[in-house]
Amino acid sequence: MAAGRDDFVIAIRSAFLKKKDKQKFSLLTLIILSIFVIVLSNLNFKAIQFVKLGINEVIYRSSHIASIPENKLKEITSKFKSHMDLYESHQKELIKIENSDQLKLQNEFLTAENEKLRELLDESINSEEIFARVLIDKDSPYLKSVVLNKGTKDKVKIGMAVIDDVYLVGQIIEVNYTNSRALLLSDLNSKIPSVLEPDDIQVVVSGTGSNFGTIEHTQIDFKDSFNNKEIIVYSSGLGGLFKPGIPIGKIDDSSNGQINFFSDFTQLNYVKIVSYKFGGEK
Amino acid sequence: MSSLNKSPFLRIFLSYLPIIILFFSVFNEFDFNYLELDYFAFNFVHLLIFFWTLRNPDQLGYLAIFFAGIINDVVIGIPIGISSFCYLILCSVTAYIRNITLTPNFMKDWISLLFTILLINSIQVIILDLVFLIKVDYTNYLINSGFTFLFYPIFFIFFNFLNERISYQTND
Repeated sequence: MAAGRDDFVIAIRSAFLKKKDKQKFSLLTLIILSIFVIVLSNLNFKAIQFVKLGINEVIYRSSHIASIPENKLKEITSKFKSHMDLYESHQKELIKIENSDQLKLQNEFLTAENEKLRELLDESINSEEIFARVLIDKDSPYLKSVVLNKGTKDKVKIGMAVIDDVYLVGQIIEVNYTNSRALLLSDLNSKIPSVLEPDDIQVVVSGTGSNFGTIEHTQIDFKDSFNNKEIIVYSSGLGGLFKPGIPIGKIDDSSNGQINFFSDFTQLNYVKIVSYKFGGEK
Repeated sequence: MSSLNKSPFLRIFLSYLPIIILFFSVFNEFDFNYLELDYFAFNFVHLLIFFWTLRNPDQLGYLAIFFAGIINDVVIGIPIGISSFCYLILCSVTAYIRNITLTPNFMKDWISLLFTILLINSIQVIILDLVFLIKVDYTNYLINSGFTFLFYPIFFIFFNFLNERISYQTND
């Protein structure tokens, strides 16, 4: 019995401490080092922050270069899929175009009217837009995020909205000197104050880790009101970071209460990083 | 063909190939996610580290694995050091298995891999969810562990072939 325990101890000691000919460090040293790095990376010392920024800068750029073959493969897969769906999507587009002119005129009138009313209330919203390219788009099962090629040198700040065309896709969570990371709406950690229209129900839209979102934190039993109608989800602007009315997604009969995002997060190439100023804010 | 086998360039290239594949996969986060298949993901890096540290640890240094972990954390966007820690735990298990095993056996390795990846994924989930309060999808981790385990025989054949080529070149 004692001999068996001795063998176990010897095997463990040998595994952790013994170095092979070509190994420069023992496993134990590196495990301790990695724990040290985990602890250090969460301390907010300036020196550590600078080192972290440096590491991020170098690795994001290198990863962008290393991802070129994979991105090409992704592009080919996407093109092939789009080619196969061409007829179906063409029919859908035709139906959309029929109503678009009418909606456009209506929208222009409402936008002008809205701006006038906001001016009267001194609630004008100004925005500053920065166009950015998606450097790394890793559809990781753990964290849904993208790395953008604009950072502090372009005045990007944490919390700014990330917009694809007119649709909200996420917000900035990490900023480096020349690049930044945006957390997508589909991530489990993403929580956006939103409003469900036309019923005007205030909710929080949460990511699920998949390509749809869910509704959280509402007292109203809203699900009955979903029957037989299309619900559009907009940002409510309650957090003070985003302006109200940015389209996020829709809930229809077939989606079982799930939010289908308007934007396809796997196809993001260029996005807008937007900051909003409300009323008399400087 | 024999002259090609004796090429010093090929020998050097082959000896560094596991490290090249390791760094290429952490920069790319190689898991076929772009195929957009639901409930499909596997961790190639875990398979790579498990095989090479178990069968031919001289080809994959612990320091390289540590740096690969740091890169993986930055690319994925999780706190730096977590992947390094998990990769090194994987190395500890393989080092232990190597010490207690006289003759390597594929089935035993495969079963050990299942327990090892469940262990390191659990450690990662605990650190992320309980320490850093980052929400993670447990189902995804479970699926990832399952497919990583299932894919081992396929990659074993490829890595074993590569390992034989490296051994042949080195002995030559």
